[in-house]
Amino acid sequence: MFQFINTLLIGITAGSIYSLMAIAIVLVWRSTRVVNFAQGGLALASSFVGASILAREISFWIALPLAMFAGALFSALTEYFLLRPLLKRSGDKGEEIFLPIIATLGLLGIIKTILNFTYGDRIGSIPPPISDRGFVVSGQVIALSPMRVLILGIVLVLMVLLTYLFQRTNLGLSLRASSYAPEISRLAGVRVDLIRTAGWAISGAAGAAAGILQTTNGSGAISPESFEFSLLLVFGFVAAVIGGIESLIGAVLGGLTLGIILAFILMYIGGSLVFFSAFLILIVILIVRPQGIIGVKGGRRA
Amino acid sequence: MSTNTAALRVEGVTVSFGGLRALNDVYCEIGKNEVVGLIGPNGAGKTTLFNALCGLVRPDHGKFFLDGHEQDFPRTDNLVDIGIARTLQGVGLFGELTVLENVMIGAQHLARTGLISAALARNGKDEKRIRERARVALERVYAGALADRRADTLSYPDTKRVAIARALVSEPSILMLDEPAGGLGTQDIEWMNLLIRNLSAQMSVLLVEHHMDVVMSVCSKLYVLNFGEVISSGSAETVRRDPAVIAAYLGTGA
Repeated sequence: MFQFINTLLIGITAGSIYSLMAIAIVLVWRSTRVVNFAQGGLALASSFVGASILAREISFWIALPLAMFAGALFSALTEYFLLRPLLKRSGDKGEEIFLPIIATLGLLGIIKTILNFTYGDRIGSIPPPISDRGFVVSGQVIALSPMRVLILGIVLVLMVLLTYLFQRTNLGLSLRASSYAPEISRLAGVRVDLIRTAGWAISGAAGAAAGILQTTNGSGAISPESFEFSLLLVFGFVAAVIGGIESLIGAVLGGLTLGIILAFILMYIGGSLVFFSAFLILIVILIVRPQGIIGVKGGRRA
Repeated sequence: MSTNTAALRVEGVTVSFGGLRALNDVYCEIGKNEVVGLIGPNGAGKTTLFNALCGLVRPDHGKFFLDGHEQDFPRTDNLVDIGIARTLQGVGLFGELTVLENVMIGAQHLARTGLISAALARNGKDEKRIRERARVALERVYAGALADRRADTLSYPDTKRVAIARALVSEPSILMLDEPAGGLGTQDIEWMNLLIRNLSAQMSVLLVEHHMDVVMSVCSKLYVLNFGEVISSGSAETVRRDPAVIAAYLGTGA
C-alpha cells in the first residue's frame, strides 16, 4: 500500500510535466496542423537560458519566467521565419504538408548544433529551488517532497492561467476560432497569422516550463545531447495522442494517465520497459483509437 | 442616388479562372441604406462577384469605390476594417464555440489590447466590452436566448440568425448576405424579410438570393447576371418585365 501510494505520487508529478509538454504540442498542432519535432529542442534551448540565469545566482523565480519568455520568443520566431513561408507554399494543396514537419526536424538539428557550439560539453544545472527530500509520514519517507509539491503547484497555476487565457480573453477566443476554421475567422476579421504566431509563442512558453520542471524533477542537469529532453518530447507526444491531440484538457489528462502508467511499470515491472511501453501505448492508440482515449466532445472539421 | 455618394460601386470587374471568364465587365452600385439583390441562373457569376467584393477572389481588372473613393479591392483580412461584413452560404459557424463566442469573433478587430497585454491578462475589460456588443447583436436578430448554447446544437434557421449577428457585431456599413433565405421555411422567410428591411435603416445590404419572392419584396434594386455579365438592372418591376431576363430564366438563349 505504501509503495502503491508512492508510485502514484511519482506518477502524478511526472505526468503533470508531460501534460505541459503535451499542451505545447497540442497548441502547435491546433494553430498550424504541424507536429513540431523541434519542440524538445526549443524546450532544451529555453532550459539552457534558465540554467544560465541560475548560474549567475539569480532566483529560480526569476529564471523560470525568463526561460518561459525565451521559449515563447524562440517558438514565435520559428513560426514566423520557418513555418509561415512553408505553409504559404503548401497552402491548401496538402501534398506538401510534410515539408513543414521535415523542416522542424531540420530545426531540431540546428538547435542542437548551436547548443553544442555554445555550451560544448558544459552541463547546465537547474537544482531544485527547495528541498527535494520526501516528507516523513508516521516514520516513513514518502515520495512527496516540497519540490514535488512545488512542481504540482506551478503546473496547476499554469493550467489555471491557460484556461483563463482560452476561455476569457479575446486572444483565447481567436485562437480557438482560428484553429477551428482559419478561412472563416479571417473573413470575420480575426488576424489569423498573428494569432498563429501567438499560439506558437504560448506553446513555447509551456514547453520551456516543462523543460525546466523536468530537469529539476530529474537529474538536475542538462547537456546539449540530453536524452531526457528526447524522452520528454516522446512522452508529451504520447500524452497528447492519448488526449486526442486536439484538446487541451485531453492533453492534461493524457499526461497524468501516462505518468501514472509509466510510474507503475517502472516500480512493478522494471525500468527497461518504460520507454518500450510508452511507444507501445502510442502505436496501439494510433491504430485502435486515433481520436484519443479520453473522450473529447465536439466534432472536428477534417 | 448620385453615383458619387454610393456606399459601394464597382465597375469593369473581370474575373477569369484559367481560360474561363467568370465575370466580364460587371458593374454594380449599392446606395446608402439600399437593399440590392444579385440574381441570375446557376453559374451566372453571382457568388464570384460576391467573392471578389470580399477578397476571396482577385479580379483581373475592375475599379472599387467605397463612399465615392476609389481604392483597391479589399482583402479578406481587412474586409471588416473598411466596413464590410458578409455571411456565408454554408453559414460557417464555429461548432465547438458557444453562440455568444461565435458572435464575439466578428468583433475581434475592435479589440484594443494587443497580444502582449492579452497574454498578461490585462484585457478583461476589452473582452467584456466585446461580449456586451455581441449580446446586443444577438438581440438585434432576436437570438439573445441562444447565447450560451453550443453552435452545433442549433436548428438551421437559428444558425442563420447567429451568422447574421456575427456580421452585424462589426457594425458594417455594408452587409453582404449570401442566400439569407436559402433552406428556410415560409415563416422563417417572412421573418428574414422583416429583419433585412429593418437592417437597411442602418446600413446598405447586398444579397444573393434564389427565392424570388424574397428578392422582389425586400430589394429596391436588382442586378441580373447571366454568363458572367449584367444583362439587366433596375427595380424589381423593371427587371421582371425585361425580355432579356425572361429569356435567361427560361433558357431560350441569351
